[in-house]
Amino acid sequence: MTATYPQEALSAHPPYRHLAYGSTAKRSPDHPLVVIPQTLSELTGPVYGRDSVAPDDSDLTRQHKAAPIGERIIVSGRVLDQDGRPVPDTLLEVWQANAAGRYIHKVDQHDAPLDPNFTGSGRCVTDAEGRYRFISIKPGAYPWRNHPNAWRPPHIHFSLFGPSFLTRLVTQMYFPGDPLLALDPIYLSVPDEAARRRLVSSFDIETTQPEFALGYRFDIILWGRGATPMEN
Amino acid sequence: MLIPTASQTVGPFFAVGLTRPELADLTHAGKAKGEAIVIEGQVRDGEGAPVPDAMLEIWQANAAGKYAHPEDRQEKPADANFVGFGRVFTDRQGRYRFVTIRPGAVPGCGNALQAPHIAMTVFARGLLKHLVTRIYFADLAAANEADPVLSAIDDPAARQTLLAKPVNSTPSAYRFDVVLQGEGETAFFDV
Ligand SMILES: [Fe+2]
Repeated sequence: MTATYPQEALSAHPPYRHLAYGSTAKRSPDHPLVVIPQTLSELTGPVYGRDSVAPDDSDLTRQHKAAPIGERIIVSGRVLDQDGRPVPDTLLEVWQANAAGRYIHKVDQHDAPLDPNFTGSGRCVTDAEGRYRFISIKPGAYPWRNHPNAWRPPHIHFSLFGPSFLTRLVTQMYFPGDPLLALDPIYLSVPDEAARRRLVSSFDIETTQPEFALGYRFDIILWGRGATPMEN
Repeated sequence: MLIPTASQTVGPFFAVGLTRPELADLTHAGKAKGEAIVIEGQVRDGEGAPVPDAMLEIWQANAAGKYAHPEDRQEKPADANFVGFGRVFTDRQGRYRFVTIRPGAVPGCGNALQAPHIAMTVFARGLLKHLVTRIYFADLAAANEADPVLSAIDDPAARQTLLAKPVNSTPSAYRFDVVLQGEGETAFFDV
């Protein structure tokens, strides 16, 4: 007996062609996607990266000689399936710009300073309750050339595996109350308002650590299996 | 049911967080059992231009046709030196290259075997959600003919896009180009 993943959940995702985000124009398929059966190849998936993560990988402020410039933050939350069950032992990979809005990447030519004490890359593995936690600095907004005077709202990129090939997710976490969200075609590509809100972290006084850092909570919901088992 | 967290593009700067050079070689430096093969090709956009900022990931069974995953309960030998997961980035010409082993056949729905294949996901700037496809081996014509996923694709030209073509070399190499849009567009799956 194998429960498969119901197709309805796919409607939470953005369409491939969203012309307000110009790079989709030549990179989105013309043809409709082909519906295929979910076989062992899709219901299994990479069990990757759990063993190689060191404790400092989740603290982006302690990867160099000194502390990076910027507002220190704690980002934590739970990885759950659509039934609210924790997804334990799964790898999260994150990357972000520094406090000035600059990435350590040769393609990033934004005229803002690099920070020798900040790489902007982290990893961690969820615990038995699906919890994860990163320490970082708040990323800056950065300009891009999508349209005149275009700025990406501050965000942290997240990459997750989950229990199967189908639960693979790459997304972005945003910050609450950001006026740039209403102008950002990548954020706005998510059609449903409730699904968009899920991408925005919330300020959390419980996560906030006295005299250390503000806390933000960001729960991540992975595609879950339907309740109806299918005869294998 | 909770709404799932929506996908967002990897953007142009994913190398900052996702660079894992060891994931280009799935053979664990030759220790995995089976025949080593190379999968290589190019990613192109709707204008035929190379995509220099794509990330490709693959997932496959070992040489015996077993996945390194608890849900694979087949009585087939596991291989401690084969995880079956790979990740590479395209270069400035949009090219990529994996070294792996030839996957064995795995069952589909019911007890019929699927043709040997490798699952692939494509991430790039401009892709708001990753694309999913499969690599099949063009020289396994009989197995491909009977495969349930290839059969789900009505258009024979689209079916052709999933067949990696043998390249004359040692170890055996296969060419598999990914065309995101337009002429020769790769068949992508709704999963
Ligand atoms: Fe970004």
